[in-house]
Amino acid sequence: MSAPSVTMPEADIRWSLPARGPAGMYCLIAAEAAIFTIFVVAYIFYIGKSVSGPQPHDVLRVPVFLTICLLSSSLTIHFAIKLLSKGRVISFALWWLLTVTLGAVFLAGTVREWRHLIHDEGLTIQTNLFGTTYYSLVGLHAFHVTVGLLALVTVLIFTLLGNVRREHTQRAEVLSMYWHFVDVVWVVVFIVVYVVGR
Amino acid sequence: MSTQSIAWAKTEVSRRPLVEKLHEWVTTVDHKRLGILYILYALLFLAFGGVEATIIRIQLIRPHNSFVSPQVFNRMFTMHGTTMIFFVAMPILFGFANYLIPLMIGARDMAFPRLNAFSFWMTAFGGFLLYFSFVGGDGLYGAGNAPDVGWFAYAPLTSQTFSRGHSTDFWILSLLVSGFGSIGTAINIIATILCMRCKGMTLGKMPLLAWLNLVMAGLVVLAVSPLTAAQLMLLVDRYLGGHFFDTQAGGSAVIWMHFFWIFGHPEVYVLVIPAFAFASEIIPVFSRKAIFGYPVMVAATICIGFIGMSVWAHHMFTVGMSSAANTFFVLSTMAIAVPTGIKIFNWLATMWGGQIDFKTPMLFCAAFLFQFLVAGLTGVMMSAAPFDWQLGNSYFVVAHFHYVILGGIFFTLFAAFYYWFPKMSGRMYNETLGKLHFWLFLIGFHLTFDFMHIPGILGMPRRIYTYEPGRGWDIWNLIVTVGVFFQAAGVLVFIGNLLWSYWRGKVAGSDPWDAWTLEWSTPSPPPTYNFATIPEVKSRRPLWDLKHPEDPDWQYE
Repeated sequence: MSAPSVTMPEADIRWSLPARGPAGMYCLIAAEAAIFTIFVVAYIFYIGKSVSGPQPHDVLRVPVFLTICLLSSSLTIHFAIKLLSKGRVISFALWWLLTVTLGAVFLAGTVREWRHLIHDEGLTIQTNLFGTTYYSLVGLHAFHVTVGLLALVTVLIFTLLGNVRREHTQRAEVLSMYWHFVDVVWVVVFIVVYVVGR
Repeated sequence: MSTQSIAWAKTEVSRRPLVEKLHEWVTTVDHKRLGILYILYALLFLAFGGVEATIIRIQLIRPHNSFVSPQVFNRMFTMHGTTMIFFVAMPILFGFANYLIPLMIGARDMAFPRLNAFSFWMTAFGGFLLYFSFVGGDGLYGAGNAPDVGWFAYAPLTSQTFSRGHSTDFWILSLLVSGFGSIGTAINIIATILCMRCKGMTLGKMPLLAWLNLVMAGLVVLAVSPLTAAQLMLLVDRYLGGHFFDTQAGGSAVIWMHFFWIFGHPEVYVLVIPAFAFASEIIPVFSRKAIFGYPVMVAATICIGFIGMSVWAHHMFTVGMSSAANTFFVLSTMAIAVPTGIKIFNWLATMWGGQIDFKTPMLFCAAFLFQFLVAGLTGVMMSAAPFDWQLGNSYFVVAHFHYVILGGIFFTLFAAFYYWFPKMSGRMYNETLGKLHFWLFLIGFHLTFDFMHIPGILGMPRRIYTYEPGRGWDIWNLIVTVGVFFQAAGVLVFIGNLLWSYWRGKVAGSDPWDAWTLEWSTPSPPPTYNFATIPEVKSRRPLWDLKHPEDPDWQYE
């Protein structure tokens, strides 16, 4: 209709643009990374500045097992996506379920850790600067794990209802990008909280 | 071109009930409607912010005035600043970006239409929360009803101890919620520009408006998020008893300043880069020349984006930082004048030798060029830390940033209103009223903000409720306040012009300015789907190619 017919006869341009799903997810990850950066900076800035105890080295235990769980869930989700792209939906569902389980184990571990800190050690978000920064940073990450888990479970339910097929690979992949991001953030949180800060 | 805007205009014969129309607007995911919603919403808040500014200025018109109480005065400057930045400037710019970008890059909608609607309603809800504080802010304490902590809300003023009641909570929540909206829109803009361009529109052939909004959206993603983080920390402090900004428990008040200005300074560029975008579209059309130095304009914008992220602490010279930090932020702040200067020269070079047509949009752009230059010069003055130690937190600073925001950003915004009004409404605005608006606003602006520099140099601090007579400030404050009424009259003429033209203006046709970008190839207003056939472009000025097949642009680019 009103579109200008600017096409010139001699040149037919090849035209391909990036997919919008991953582009949007990369932007969201950039925004989230900026949020986490501020929390990490605050954590590092306040290391050792608490005027009263308990201090990190008194109460924190390094969560090696949980870290292994969360990081390996990045691998399992990667395999799941690979399988879906080949159309093997049942294997996809199994690997996806494994991912959800690993994420849930991580969250349960965080719950246990917090219970120990609050109940046994008496460290709450009000106790001192360490408590404030620790629960904020680890809590913000745990919140992101929770959101990711809810999304993963939604996909799992759709899969069990038989609504996930090969053509949905890209959408599942966009979600997996978020999950990978949450894992990478954990690496940073782990180093800052349990290695440097302790 | 213009003969083709047919058919759909006359199809809606039967009038639909008002409720149905409103329902359509509330549930819309169309980028054009959301753009208009953003703009109308921002104009509403412009009225609120304008009234607050007027109250501030009436209070300061003479020494020992008591037009309002000191408490109300504090609320007014806090609400004025917060409203104007978050609920006027940003939504208006997002509105124009929403409306124009898909049309300019030959797309049928934004990349994520529902996210778009979500973002708008989040922003709208944020503004509602802020103003709801007038009703619900005093909580159980009988404390003040609206936020009164200043728009940058320095700690420890925001702690429970010093901000009783809920006014500060409303301030935090409204910025948090509207921040989610801003980030959503920014993500949408980036994805749209990267993924939705029509065939042939490489990044190097995009209209400058799209390029500049891409950089703006990148800045929003990276700069508004830190504000979100800082607001979350403040919530933890206020509600959960945390100690982030609690100096008695070892926390730091200065780190709030850093976190706020890591957002706050890039925010200036978030606002001014779309203003540059309007100037870069309007000046060429009214000079009848292609933009001068397109690649340099893009490079300068990206430069501004990068340097803009690393200048924040120039807001904190008076706080007392190490000399190394001072030096870094002095130099980076001065460096940002270079790409900005390049842009001003490019606009001048675009006008140079052109057939300049001083229609209202061009008048506003010409005033913008001069005023933005002055604003930049006072900016370079204050980038020098010793100068800032003398004049920091004085009315000189207030004059400087109002010169940027009003003299720079709002003048181009008005230009954009007049330039794209025919496209959005299908009607021409009234040129006489437009020029009247321009001159009233220009006179008012210069009365207010030229003379506001002087009490600043004479030592008048910002945010004071009143002042002693005989310090040499009286006459200047009087002039400054008089200017406000000229500006208010100008804005009233502007609103009147929009309303009158919407119903009574003469029909604009699809391309009233003989312009060159794709939005002018659609009917005015464009149909829901924008383009019946997705266009294909070969140069930066596709409509020039179409109108001048004997001498198309793509032969030279």
